[in-house]
Amino acid sequence: MRLDSRGAPEPLRRFRLLSAIIFRAFAALTILAAAAGVRAQDKNPLANDPKAAKLGEFQFRSNCAFCHGLGARGGGRGPDLTRAQKKHGNADADLFRTINEGVPGTAMPPNGATQQGVGMTEEEIWQVIAYIRSVQVKTDAQAAGNAEHGKELFFGPAACSTCHMIQGKGGRLGPDLTSTGSGRSTEYIVESVRNPSRRLAQGISEAMKEFSQEYETVTVVDASGQKFQGVVLNEDNFTLQMLDTREQLRLFEKNNLKSYEKSRESLMPKYDEKMLTEKNLQDIVAYLLSLGTAGVRP
Amino acid sequence: MRGQVTPQRLLDSAKEPQNWFTYSGDYAGRRFSALEQITTANAHLLVPKWAYQTMAGGKFEATPLVVDGVLYGTGQDDRAFALDARTGRPIWQYQRALPADIRPCCGRVNRGLAILGDKVFMGTLDSHVIALDAKTGNVVWDATAFDYTKGYSITLAPLAIKTLVLVGVSGGEYGIRGFIDAYDANTGERKWRFYTVPGPGEPGHETWEADSWKIGGAPAWITGSYDPATNTTFWTTGNPSPSNRGEGRAGDNLYSNSLLALDPDSGKLKWYFQFTKHDEHDYDATQVPVLIDHDGKHLILQANRNGFFYVLDRATGKLLTSNTFAKVTWSSSKDAEGRPVANKEASPTADGSRVCPGAAGATNWMSPTYDPQTSLFYVTAREQCDIFSSAPQPYEAGHAYYGSAYFPNDDMAPFWGALRAIDPATGKIKWEWKHPSPTWSGVLSTAGGLVFTGDAEGNFIALDAASGRALWHFQAGASVYSSPMAFAVDGKEYVAVAAGSALFAFALP
Repeated sequence: MRLDSRGAPEPLRRFRLLSAIIFRAFAALTILAAAAGVRAQDKNPLANDPKAAKLGEFQFRSNCAFCHGLGARGGGRGPDLTRAQKKHGNADADLFRTINEGVPGTAMPPNGATQQGVGMTEEEIWQVIAYIRSVQVKTDAQAAGNAEHGKELFFGPAACSTCHMIQGKGGRLGPDLTSTGSGRSTEYIVESVRNPSRRLAQGISEAMKEFSQEYETVTVVDASGQKFQGVVLNEDNFTLQMLDTREQLRLFEKNNLKSYEKSRESLMPKYDEKMLTEKNLQDIVAYLLSLGTAGVRP
Repeated sequence: MRGQVTPQRLLDSAKEPQNWFTYSGDYAGRRFSALEQITTANAHLLVPKWAYQTMAGGKFEATPLVVDGVLYGTGQDDRAFALDARTGRPIWQYQRALPADIRPCCGRVNRGLAILGDKVFMGTLDSHVIALDAKTGNVVWDATAFDYTKGYSITLAPLAIKTLVLVGVSGGEYGIRGFIDAYDANTGERKWRFYTVPGPGEPGHETWEADSWKIGGAPAWITGSYDPATNTTFWTTGNPSPSNRGEGRAGDNLYSNSLLALDPDSGKLKWYFQFTKHDEHDYDATQVPVLIDHDGKHLILQANRNGFFYVLDRATGKLLTSNTFAKVTWSSSKDAEGRPVANKEASPTADGSRVCPGAAGATNWMSPTYDPQTSLFYVTAREQCDIFSSAPQPYEAGHAYYGSAYFPNDDMAPFWGALRAIDPATGKIKWEWKHPSPTWSGVLSTAGGLVFTGDAEGNFIALDAASGRALWHFQAGASVYSSPMAFAVDGKEYVAVAAGSALFAFALP
């Protein structure tokens, strides 16, 4: 049915916008009703269908791999989906909801709103879920490390919390790591600790931004000759927002600065084996992975 | 053709620099304004005069038209509106009632209107072409171009020539068969259709394997140009489908990624030039073709999504020069005609191969500009490489059909962009203005010695066209996804651009 006022006679013309609104409300209700119908379906109708999983792989590549990587093993921006434990729910219905509606406040957009691809039909979403099931592990390997000890290290001798926050505790100079364990692969976390400058903090916590904050190192001298070092919060051709090493916000117009130097060498030290043994690193990783699951509470 | 905007006024648009009659400002696609009130000397004084809010989300990609003090624009979700160009106050507003299951690939966008007689014309996301009364916004006629459920949509601003309204179709992500249509401006009757993928018996059909032509793509989703001297309209086309997989469509895949010279009266093809043969990287040639006359030569300029800046002979389509204007790794050799040839190792693989430019291209649909005063061509360049992967994918009507996908490469450096000033005579870059990240803003040049562009950080910027020095900027509060334009009312020059949900108009105080 089309509720359009195309060609409406003059007296009706001013109702055009109103009828458009009514149409949209009606369309929205239809979608909601459809979504409710979908939600009632708890199980993937295409579960364990290898053909559906194969079709789902194509859909995954077109719609999901941009962030979640080929093979669903996680990319710079999206979590590793081969893990048994999914952050936003493990049931088929949870996965369907996550894909269809997105996750508000994260980089995960609703189906069809990625700007990169096109929306999937219900059937195609179930295919994607069949594919994810076909590549995910049965149970996540127990984290090799000791999460309790990892937590002690994080807030104690390893001094991670000097610059990183977890659930409101810690410093501000580096990314908040509350959701890093569920959002990143273990390899990514290990690399970020051992070699933090190799890949800066691509999209860890500023998921909503088109180009996420990278925590580049910046050194500026302002008009009065005062020098500041810290991390870039936001920058464009004309302005610079930074957090200095004393966690003070500094907001500058670039043409007022005496000097300005940016570096992709992270302020974070390289935690080599002398600074952090392999065992202790595994403990910290175990702690990050435990966050948001039934493990240790910070 | 009677009414306010006669075909003759469109032909003589240079005599009315206060008006902006077509998507690109003139038939030549130059996006140059002859207004000279705002200059390099006073641009730093520019202030916003008004803003119009569409109240819609998504990308606001439109360039408005201005005729005789009235601004006509479109917005997200197929809105259209007419404003008092001096105040921004709406005269009328139209909202298309779109079906819930439309299939736009890349946002619910629309790039603008055409105007002719007393009507404005719009292509819609449900693949219709409609005419609205310019004074009231009433729908005068509504023509169905194609069945939208098969993946067809229209996002471009139509082009009015004589008594016809020309449009092209979007849908290269769905395995459509692309076309360019002409409709009678008075009645909405379709006068001709040119399929951008030739059917059986037509020249070029042999460049498609088996039945692949039926779903061959080659959408025409950016407004063309027109040369009245030879009565030729120039249109560009996008990728063959599926975009990331060449298997199953062996051959050059004409007329994908091509420039088409058409007779606007009949839709007959005069000649074509294919920029990227048998494309596997989504290198649409959908950049506005820019017509210039230089040293007695009639030329077409295009900075192509594939990273090359092409100069062609306008009469024959013969390639004169091709030079890179951004980082290119997909091609490192040229054929006998000087056309870049794809490297074998650039083909997408199952695990992915890294290629520059990336899938969004070295530039994209955002308009370039040619400034006859500096004789320079200005274009938004994007420096971003991607990993292209390929996988077999069955075609299903109305479903996404990519043959796999791409994702950001593992470079340690972030992507960036630039506004580049290219000398068409040499292909050399005269200056560049760096953008911290790639922008989707087009470029306007004006007779005041200025070029205007926007960035992804939300700045709208005026630069010295000769040197690239920034003279003024305004923080619009959202990334610019549109190409600016200029107009004048009551002797006052304005520059307008869309950003976020708002259309802004700037002028001297």
